[in-house]
Amino acid sequence: MDEDKARIARQFIEMIPHSRALNMRVDEIGDGVAEISMPYDPRLIGDPQSGVIHGGAVSALLDTCGGAAVMSHKDAPAGTATIDLRIDYMRAAAPGQRITARAECYHVTRSVAFVRAIATDEDRENPVATAAGAFTVERGGKT
Amino acid sequence: MSRKAPEPVQVIKQRRDAALSALVHGVPYINFLGIEFERRGDELTALLPFDDKLIGNPLLPALHGGVTAAFLEVTAIIGLSWAIIWEDMESGALDPLALTPETLPRLPKTIDFTVDYLRTGLPRDAYARARVNRSGRRYASVHVEAWQDNRARLYAQATGHFLMPPRNG
Repeated sequence: MDEDKARIARQFIEMIPHSRALNMRVDEIGDGVAEISMPYDPRLIGDPQSGVIHGGAVSALLDTCGGAAVMSHKDAPAGTATIDLRIDYMRAAAPGQRITARAECYHVTRSVAFVRAIATDEDRENPVATAAGAFTVERGGKT
Repeated sequence: MSRKAPEPVQVIKQRRDAALSALVHGVPYINFLGIEFERRGDELTALLPFDDKLIGNPLLPALHGGVTAAFLEVTAIIGLSWAIIWEDMESGALDPLALTPETLPRLPKTIDFTVDYLRTGLPRDAYARARVNRSGRRYASVHVEAWQDNRARLYAQATGHFLMPPRNG
């Protein structure tokens, strides 16, 4: 059952047009935890002088990863949308390196799923950004 | 003593539009999302023309939450940068016609950014405006509002804090 859920969530994430545009890859998903990464891409540069990726692209990765974590949680149905997301930027991601986000859906109520997430480049010890968010829990037939 | 004659309107427009274009089009990610800015005096409105690659939920369909976050962050950074360069541009200390991606002033760095998703982003164009609530020597606080059909019905808003670029000279 849980494996089914993870498979559906993975398929859903991988067919999202914007995730495809950023070449996102689901590295791990299940039990309320998701890990999604994306390659360095010159199209996503936010600071032309340093070649550092724009914070907005990191936000898109963290938001996708947060939603994926919610979808894979045992108490959440398949659908979700972001209510709010706060992102803290610790440092610039190193140009040329893959960015990986890991999100955990740590609590689910009838209506809300709470998520925290972290993004790193290839130096996995020093976070590039962290995020905290609340997501909707879409109950089928009631919306 | 007579007052200096006002600058011809074309000169003013060309200077401001050249500076804005250099600021916006020098950033690859802004071009990737297709964001453009419209200017009325110093007031900027960001435009996000709809495109299939901006979709986050193909079943509804709806704009990706990450696209909305990025759109608001781009609007905040350009709005703040625009406020920073305005005086230098108007006084002539900065020559917008000589600006290239290499010589652009450094952009502010995002410290944190909080997005409030108020309504589903519909598959159509979106607009946003930033308001610099505080701009100090080191830090700035910027609020952004985004809408689609009706200016009064926001689909998202955000507040961010930014580290100001070092002032040279």
